[in-house]
Amino acid sequence: MASENGTLIHLRDVHKVYYRDRIEVPVLQGINLDVHEGEFLALMGPSGSGKSTLLNLIAGIDAPTKGEVRVAGESLGTLKPSRLAAWRARHIGFIFQLYNLIPVLTAYQNVELPLLLTRLSSRERKKRVLFALGLVGLEGRAKHFPRQLSGGEEQRVAIARAIVADPTLLVADEPTGDLDAKNAAEILTLLKRLNEELKKTVLMVTHDPHAAERAHLIYHLDKGVLQS
Amino acid sequence: MAIPLAYNLRNLSARKVSTVLTALGIGLVSWVFIFTLALAGGFQSALQATGSPTNAIVIRNGSTAELTSIVARDAAASIESQPEIARAPDGTPLATHELVVLWNLKRKNGTPANVVVRGVTAKSVALRPKIHLVEGRMFRPGLEEVVVGKLAQARIAHCALGDRIKLAGRQWSIVGVFDAQGTAFDSEIWGDVELFMPVFDRPVYQSVTLRLDEPSHFGALRKRLEADPRMSVQVKHEDEFYAAQSATLAALLRGLGLFVTLVMALGAIFGALNTMYAAVGSRTKEIGTLLALGFSRGSILTSFLIESVLLATLGGLLGSLMTLPVNGITTSTMNFASFSEIAFRFQVTPSMLLSGMIFAAVMGALGGFFPSRKAARRVIVEALREA
Amino acid sequence: MKYLRLIVANLLRSKRRTFLTVFSIAIALFLFCTLRTVITSFEASLRASQATRLVVRHAASLVFPLPLAYRERLAQVPGVTGISYGNWFGGYYQDPKNQFAQFAMDVPTLLDLFPEVVLPTAQAEAFRSERTACIIGGALARKYGWKLGDQVPIIGTIFPGEWRFVVRGIYTGQTKDVDENTLFFHWDYLNESLPEGRRNFVGIYWLRIASPDLAASVSGRVDAIFENSPQPTKTETEKAFQAGFISMIGNVQLLLTIIGSAIVFAIMLVTINTMMMAARERTREIAVLKTLGFSDGLILRLVGGEALFLSLLGGALGCGLAALVFRESDFTAGGFFPNFRVLPETVLLGLLLAAIMGFLSGVAPAVQAARLEIASALRKVA
Ligand SMILES: Nc1ncnc2c1ncn2[C@@H]1O[C@H](COP(=O)(O)OP(=O)(O)O)[C@@H](O)[C@H]1O
Ligand SMILES: [Mg+2]
Repeated sequence: MASENGTLIHLRDVHKVYYRDRIEVPVLQGINLDVHEGEFLALMGPSGSGKSTLLNLIAGIDAPTKGEVRVAGESLGTLKPSRLAAWRARHIGFIFQLYNLIPVLTAYQNVELPLLLTRLSSRERKKRVLFALGLVGLEGRAKHFPRQLSGGEEQRVAIARAIVADPTLLVADEPTGDLDAKNAAEILTLLKRLNEELKKTVLMVTHDPHAAERAHLIYHLDKGVLQS
Repeated sequence: MAIPLAYNLRNLSARKVSTVLTALGIGLVSWVFIFTLALAGGFQSALQATGSPTNAIVIRNGSTAELTSIVARDAAASIESQPEIARAPDGTPLATHELVVLWNLKRKNGTPANVVVRGVTAKSVALRPKIHLVEGRMFRPGLEEVVVGKLAQARIAHCALGDRIKLAGRQWSIVGVFDAQGTAFDSEIWGDVELFMPVFDRPVYQSVTLRLDEPSHFGALRKRLEADPRMSVQVKHEDEFYAAQSATLAALLRGLGLFVTLVMALGAIFGALNTMYAAVGSRTKEIGTLLALGFSRGSILTSFLIESVLLATLGGLLGSLMTLPVNGITTSTMNFASFSEIAFRFQVTPSMLLSGMIFAAVMGALGGFFPSRKAARRVIVEALREA
Repeated sequence: MKYLRLIVANLLRSKRRTFLTVFSIAIALFLFCTLRTVITSFEASLRASQATRLVVRHAASLVFPLPLAYRERLAQVPGVTGISYGNWFGGYYQDPKNQFAQFAMDVPTLLDLFPEVVLPTAQAEAFRSERTACIIGGALARKYGWKLGDQVPIIGTIFPGEWRFVVRGIYTGQTKDVDENTLFFHWDYLNESLPEGRRNFVGIYWLRIASPDLAASVSGRVDAIFENSPQPTKTETEKAFQAGFISMIGNVQLLLTIIGSAIVFAIMLVTINTMMMAARERTREIAVLKTLGFSDGLILRLVGGEALFLSLLGGALGCGLAALVFRESDFTAGGFFPNFRVLPETVLLGLLLAAIMGFLSGVAPAVQAARLEIASALRKVA
């Protein structure tokens, strides 16, 4: 998956410019970043500094204005949209701040979503969904709809959804941003376990210094530049 | 305190695509509504206008159309000598006896049509003041000449001035074209009744039409003629006679139109409901704010209802405008009462347009009511909390 | 198939909206089937007509009859294997509004030439042997509640007076296209009742020919025989005769097609709007699915499939309802459409139309969803 030397994420001179009413808004200005397999990396920085933008570039849901983004052995800029989608399905597990579960689907069905894109049989899918739900401690909530769950539970379902297809990289955009301290701590412990026990590489954006402490490495993003 | 109309207008224009689609959907319902009314109305008024209230028509007892009627020569003569008949300037009775046959001719598009061929007298035109020659001249009695109605000329093959048309084995010259102002006569071919009788091998007339000297004399005339056992005839007001011919088909057309539009309106109302529910849903926060600002629930209900009615009326306006090009288009059908071809024009009247708009507005009100009520029943706190 | 559950879950999201949409589509298709059936019921006589039967009538006009004497000469034309004749009676029952067809027919040959008129043998015998007997179609019997042995008074408009016929048979059609709203009685009875001068005239002769291939040659031969007589004939296949009659009705087909198109189009606009609203409300969810790796093509199919599913559901409901309602109700619009029955072709056409509606109303939102930029869609606060 990763390149020879174990580098999973490789960013070189990445720029991102947005246009707001024709005015250029430079967000990322020449980012260089290398992340190795198995790392747990936290990305901090003030609001609006471009953390989410950077994360989106790495997760392949946004494209840089300039520069190279190489993740899990693919240079994302060269992939066609359909290949990119398949690449995301295979390599990325995304955890959002606002969980983003599909409200009309049960916890089970939400977790099953990424598996629909695979060739797995429904029995095989079931096994994996239950395993993922077990991992986040929610096997009893499979039949519940998102609105019947608490915020912390919703986020745990979202994490189960992110890991069920066994992706190479977990990206989390302020996963604890909307949770109280107790729930936040639980989610962080969970991410830490995934990193340690399942050897998942985790890239997490956060505001919270306590959260960042759990990571191996902390990067700061400010005024479009990355500092460690 | 009412919420200003500008608020609704701005909301409608903010979701342009949705507004246009919904309005067009409702507009098309209005269009179909007006279209069928114009069709039935055109057909009916063509036949209704054919008869005149001051004329009476005499046909055989039991017949519902001239075609199946028989009036013998001597009966016709005694009918025309009745005292209640108005006089022509020359002192002769203003009455005519006519022969009516259906002739199978081809339309210009090649399909067959049963055209009414009417044998008439010199009085026939005088009795129908709507009829004017617009081209050529009247046929000369005793000659193989005919005149054709304007709509027959337009739709039937070989009916132009100067053409010859084959009827009953003979060639007839078309020497004139008359305009009967959209009445059933416009679809007919007229020639000399006394020549037609031997040529078409018919020893009897189909009807006698006469002008009453005094409308109130109708009753007396009718009583006397219908009581006469030698004749066995019935006497009718000419306008009622023709109106009755259109009744069944016009009722059928209206019934079909009403059925179709009412059912279709239900579909459009469902669409309006969807649109308005979505509008209410996407403006939950706004509604909360308005309530918090002190607007009453009544004014919120009214405001959304107005928006819906506005939307639908816009559609109704579009639909009405779209029916205008239909006005005056000529079409034809078989008059089932007489099995004959009758051409008529779509007639879009202002009252039809108005009904179409009202119809649309009602659809809007019905489609807007429940969503508006939902909007008005919002609880402020909840509405504000919802993202 | 595994994605079907996603589509269904989305449809259940706003049950009210789904219900309203499905029903408005059902209504459009119900109306479509109804209007289409108006046209096909006009054409039922075409489908019921037999290729081996010719119609002979006066060349110029239906109002002119042919002499009875033509019968012998027609029977001798090579290729003719059977002959029957009759007159259109043109009466009504009680009120001119109660219209249905009555024919005075040559009874001995009637059932032979019209095998589609199916009558039990005993009833056929009773009909044959009684001068004032008549037979009526099953639908007509149901409509007026007439039973065997009833006296049916008919007021004549062409042949004046009140005529009383005794119902001796109730026929059924061999196929569903056969009109079951006709009354047949004895031509002899009519003929004998007429004044001297009007006797022995026939409105229409029907000829049976050995094979459909003979139609043109036999027609030509018949018309040639009478060409220069005072009563020339026009001979054509039954189908051509009926087609001519239908075309006299004029632009009905066009008018109904216009109305039907307007209906379908109106509901389609409304459906497009609903689909777009539904997709717009789900912008964020679609972005999430894409993040999970759902490709643009799959999203396109999911959103489009939802529209298609809704439309087909509505279409099946509407067409099914129309087929059911008009079968159960013996609907004739006052005798105007004796054979008002939704044909299987109409249902298929309706479903096809529903599919096209679904496709068209799904295109815009599906393309919109497929083109969605994930990152900016996720940024929007729901
Ligand atoms: N799609 C976009 N269009 C315009 N500006 C954007 C867009 N996405 C982000 N931005 C701008 O880029 C900057 C960085 O945004 P973001 O990456 O979300 O910051 P963070 O996650 O660090 O708070 C902000 O100023 C934001 O307004
Ligand atoms: Mg952010």
